[in-house]
Amino acid sequence: MQMSPVDASRAVLPESGAHPRAAVVELTGLRFAWMRGTPPVIDVEELRIAAGERVFVRGASGSGKSTLLSLVAGVVTPQAGSVRVLGRDMGALSSAQRDRFRADHIGFIFQMFNLIPYLSVLENVTLPCGFSVRRKTAAGPDVAAEAVRLLGHLDMAAVDVLHRPVTELSVGQQQRVAAARALIGAPQLVIADEPTSSLDADRRRAFIDLLFRECARERAALLFVSHDASLASLFDRAVEFTEINQACAHPAASPRAEAT
Amino acid sequence: MIVGLAVKSLRNRKFTAALTVVSIALSVVLLLGVERIRSEARESFASTVSGTDLIVGARASPVHLLLYSVFHIGNATSNIRWDTYLAIASRPEVAWSIPISLGDSHRGFRVLGTSHDYFGHFRFARDRRLVLASGKPFEDAHDAVLGAEVARELGYDVGRSIVIAHGTGEVSFSLHKDQPFRVVGVLAPTGTPVDRTVHVSLEGLDAVHAEHNEVADPLAAALRTAEDDGHYKAASLGSAEPPGGALPRRTISAFLIGLKSRSAALSMQRFVNEYAPEPLIAILPGPTLQEVWEIVGAAEKTLLAVSGLVVIVGLVGMLVALLTSLSERRREMAVLRSVGARPLHVFGLILGEAALLTVAGIALGLAVLYLGLLAGQSWLESRFGLHVGVGWPSVHEVGLIISVTVAGLLIGLVPAYRIYRYSLADGMTIRI
Repeated sequence: MQMSPVDASRAVLPESGAHPRAAVVELTGLRFAWMRGTPPVIDVEELRIAAGERVFVRGASGSGKSTLLSLVAGVVTPQAGSVRVLGRDMGALSSAQRDRFRADHIGFIFQMFNLIPYLSVLENVTLPCGFSVRRKTAAGPDVAAEAVRLLGHLDMAAVDVLHRPVTELSVGQQQRVAAARALIGAPQLVIADEPTSSLDADRRRAFIDLLFRECARERAALLFVSHDASLASLFDRAVEFTEINQACAHPAASPRAEAT
Repeated sequence: MIVGLAVKSLRNRKFTAALTVVSIALSVVLLLGVERIRSEARESFASTVSGTDLIVGARASPVHLLLYSVFHIGNATSNIRWDTYLAIASRPEVAWSIPISLGDSHRGFRVLGTSHDYFGHFRFARDRRLVLASGKPFEDAHDAVLGAEVARELGYDVGRSIVIAHGTGEVSFSLHKDQPFRVVGVLAPTGTPVDRTVHVSLEGLDAVHAEHNEVADPLAAALRTAEDDGHYKAASLGSAEPPGGALPRRTISAFLIGLKSRSAALSMQRFVNEYAPEPLIAILPGPTLQEVWEIVGAAEKTLLAVSGLVVIVGLVGMLVALLTSLSERRREMAVLRSVGARPLHVFGLILGEAALLTVAGIALGLAVLYLGLLAGQSWLESRFGLHVGVGWPSVHEVGLIISVTVAGLLIGLVPAYRIYRYSLADGMTIRI
């Protein structure tokens, strides 16, 4: 596991979608500042993630990791450079198209409070299918059965768990439900933002194993960011955020420093 | 999808949602209840007298004539001679007529001297006729028929003997004690001034006043003169003649006329107004009622405005409940965004919640209102003679319901827009 910002050997033309190592994420010359005139918080020359690849990005709190994820997800748009996901230039899409694209192709797991408190476990897992026809179709004719299947892989399919209010679940259980939600309907990219930082060491390892297994099953690329360097060795590739993000070299303090 | 989320979200916050719904419901009950009673009061006011084509009295302002002849408020400034009444009532256009003589009272309730025709021809509230709850109409000169409220308030029933007093005050020093009347009937409630009236025959009044004036009572005579209340004055005016036999000398306060054909009303009115032997005025009850209602109508508008304000208070309660929940829901919105919800979805979710709360509040309010109407209908009818219908909402009420819904949606725009702004700014960055 080398800590290189770019792995040029894996560079593949995005159009060759059938290729097993086609780039899922391709960032080029990316620059982003929260406010016009302020120094950029993101300044990434290049980052590429191939299909099925599991990439670990390590960075300290407030270094702009979550902003990078927002850029990849198309929630915010860069001032310069391009974000290509599955060969699509996110900058060329309207905000509505980006929202639909995200719903169709990207699964998210956050650090905590992933679940909608008023929905059941099952409803939380099937939520993306309500916003994306592609993922609903991919989940098969019985979305609930698919959700139960995914939850089963995560040891969460017990009837009493399925029907318990999500607020009564332990944090580890909540994260597993969030993983099932991120994976339902086979998105090509799963983005995990510090998903294990509220778990203890044993559960952390178990959760990552589960995540790997399910990503491999769905052939999803995994972009995993965390401040915890001890996890790096588990991934195909690990990237030090300060090395790929030139903005970290500047002393500029972002007004929107992240609280992760 | 978004509606389903809104429903579940509200179910999750049952307590605040229920409180909000209840406060909207109560304000809707108040608004529609006030509206219904208001329109009913207006209706019953307008139908205090029905089927009467003309009201004739001594020349005075139309409103004044209407007030004393129909509402028994105030007194006639002067009276009409009996022969005038006979002359007009016997015109070929006239189908029926009811003479009215006011000026006496019983324990604060007006005594109305009239003829037997009163029970046959008087109509109120869309052609409803007077119905006796018990007993029969008066036959003998000293029979009395009580309005429903008189009987209820004084606890009188058929067979009771009552004494009428000169003048209309609560306490009178001039009682016609030696000629008591006997209650022979009690009328069913009408919701009109009839309920507060004691009805006797003109003959009874004749007899009482003939008797009364034979008694040397300087105080009563002085009072009578001083009051100048348009009261029956047969004997006091013509002291040269024996009072008892002075039927042509009898005077009345006013009379109601029903015509054979409605179309004759205007020509008949002109005839009365130009009647040479005595200065008279004839009024059409409808337009004059309208005129009076415009005077008292300001109060009802105020009432409606107040209940409208209560609705706004109810909706502002909803606004507060939604706004206070927003900051804790920013994370929820970010999660929704991450699974593909657009900022407009988030906007729609909050707006949908406001809409659901408003609609639920209106539905609950309507349910409570109708249950209340069903439960209270007979009580309102018997107690106040207000017949409040339980039928479908009127066009005006539907308009009010729609206004409340629109107001709820407009108010919902405030938190919806805020969360929309939040979700644009927050994106997927969840701050803890």
